[in-house]
Amino acid sequence: MRKLNFHPCGNYKERYEQEITLFETDFGRLWSGIGIFSLFAILPFIVSPYFLHVLNMVGIASIAAIGLNILIGYTGQISLGHGAFIGVGAYAAAILATTLNVPFIITLPMAGLISAMVGMIFGIPSGRLKGLYLTIATLAGQIIIEYVLVHWETLTKGTMGITLPRPNIFGMELESDLSFFFLIFSCLVVMIWFAVNLIRTKYGRAFIAIRDNDRAAEGMGIPLFRYKLLSFGISSFYAGFAGAIWAYYMVSITSEPFTLGLSVEYIAMVIIGGLGSVSGSIYGAVFITFLNELLRWLTGIMMNIGVLTESGLNVAPLREFFFGTAIVLFILFEPRGLAEVWRIIRSNFKLWPFAY
Amino acid sequence: MNFFLQLFINGISIGFLYGLSAMGFVMIFKSSSVLNFAHGELLALGAFFFLAMVTWVKLPVVLAFLATLAACFILGFIIERFFLRPLIGEPLIYVIMLTVGLASMFKGFMLLFWGGNLQTYPDFLPAFLGIEWHVINIPPVYTAALIIGIMFLILFGLFFKYSSQGIFMRSVADNQKAALSLGVHVQRVFALSWAIAALVAGMSGIVLGIINGINVHDLSAIGLKVFPVVILGGLDSIGGAIIGGLIIGLLETFTGGYISPSLSDVVPYVILVIILMVKPYGLFGLEEIERV
Repeated sequence: MRKLNFHPCGNYKERYEQEITLFETDFGRLWSGIGIFSLFAILPFIVSPYFLHVLNMVGIASIAAIGLNILIGYTGQISLGHGAFIGVGAYAAAILATTLNVPFIITLPMAGLISAMVGMIFGIPSGRLKGLYLTIATLAGQIIIEYVLVHWETLTKGTMGITLPRPNIFGMELESDLSFFFLIFSCLVVMIWFAVNLIRTKYGRAFIAIRDNDRAAEGMGIPLFRYKLLSFGISSFYAGFAGAIWAYYMVSITSEPFTLGLSVEYIAMVIIGGLGSVSGSIYGAVFITFLNELLRWLTGIMMNIGVLTESGLNVAPLREFFFGTAIVLFILFEPRGLAEVWRIIRSNFKLWPFAY
Repeated sequence: MNFFLQLFINGISIGFLYGLSAMGFVMIFKSSSVLNFAHGELLALGAFFFLAMVTWVKLPVVLAFLATLAACFILGFIIERFFLRPLIGEPLIYVIMLTVGLASMFKGFMLLFWGGNLQTYPDFLPAFLGIEWHVINIPPVYTAALIIGIMFLILFGLFFKYSSQGIFMRSVADNQKAALSLGVHVQRVFALSWAIAALVAGMSGIVLGIINGINVHDLSAIGLKVFPVVILGGLDSIGGAIIGGLIIGLLETFTGGYISPSLSDVVPYVILVIILMVKPYGLFGLEEIERV
């Protein structure tokens, strides 16, 4: 048996493999094993049905948020169209499943691919534009896709929406929240594995180079346009995949949720979680989903308080207010997000009782 | 032909309002390169403050108008001082998301007090402002909008040309470092440009409110429609904002009138994508040249 790895007291790395290794210590490997085990074997059986539903929403949001983090956090291309790409995925899955009767297991990746194609089309402006001009172009993309989803009635049934059949894996019907839990979280684990490893490859390093300095990256022989398109494609694949699962989970879909507001929510997840960190996207997804649920619960309570309803104030919009406040506070006080907070806490534990 | 003329006049007046709303946006971008996603909410705040002044406090219209402008001016200062100043020099995404977060805050705040329903001002415009000439029929609000708009344009033109603060603002827009080294207080200029932009936004919000009624969702949608306008005109050109507004307004009403009303909402954004692909710096924008 080889020697166990612990945190070294300095930087003793000798080879590049040590630099890009996923688990710096065996302790981390052990803990992630324990984490995955308890996620699948313990957690779903001890939580209440409502909490299970929230967890499922967290899982779906995490998949899409990881995709967005690849685009914004690693490649540095700001996209305001992520909500629309999720919508494209959801509609692709719904149309494939209802009109073409494609089996569930194929629908998910197909929806992802269709979404990736749409994402690459709307990523084409990145060949010429960068920074805020690109942001505005993706904003236009969001609004155009939204319009198409509502008005292409022969395909999307407009505001009527589409009802999906029950998903079916090899003869097994997924019906309960519990079976969806296993589906969503096994997809999430695969997606995390892919994203984490993508960053370590040539492609991931090219993305990071483009983010840090696009001119220098081009000078080093990275074809900018191709890699930016690839990043748009991968990010929208994640979005489309998440959208497809969401469509199956919600059973019936309309174009209503896929607005600019959803895109903003996902950017908020990525920022609050931590830009350029896969685990950060998950923290962000957890934070925003729980915040949404908490605010819904709070406004529900406040609506029943007599004094407030009689004063004529409309408490429902408080959700929007607090959501905005959360974004603003994070940007002002911890722009690197929850991932950074977690890193600080961990290093405090490691170094205690010394300052550094 | 009559239909065409009526559409043309509608388009011009709507476009003028777009241009007016875009002016504040351009002012912020020009001096501090901040893309303000909360612009629609600033419009709405102005409109609602005026509503509160007129209906709750029952001030006379002129006084209410002046009070609204003053409140917006102060609000602009506050936004810059507390939210934007800590972010000077930070990456673009933080600045953009901060304004998005502010937009969400303002929206929630306004919905809390006024709800999402359509509200209207009491009718206070004198009838002689309306123009009826053959087939052309212009309601008094549009004439009032035109007069107020042109008045503001002239005032700002004079302000930027002759006052020292205006000259400071232009110098910062032209070259921040050079202005800083020549003793211009750049931070004060940022604050002032936010304040003036909020003031202009409040003014346009009131005018929009008089014409369409005041509704948080509609006004914040106009905040998004500012983007095609400013990209077409050039992100840093105030005159370009007005001309871009006129073009977008005309295009919108003509597609609405001749092709399909639902298409008119999305046409500006299609134009936006085309312009970005063909001529990203717009008609009058300054082309950024990168040197390595």
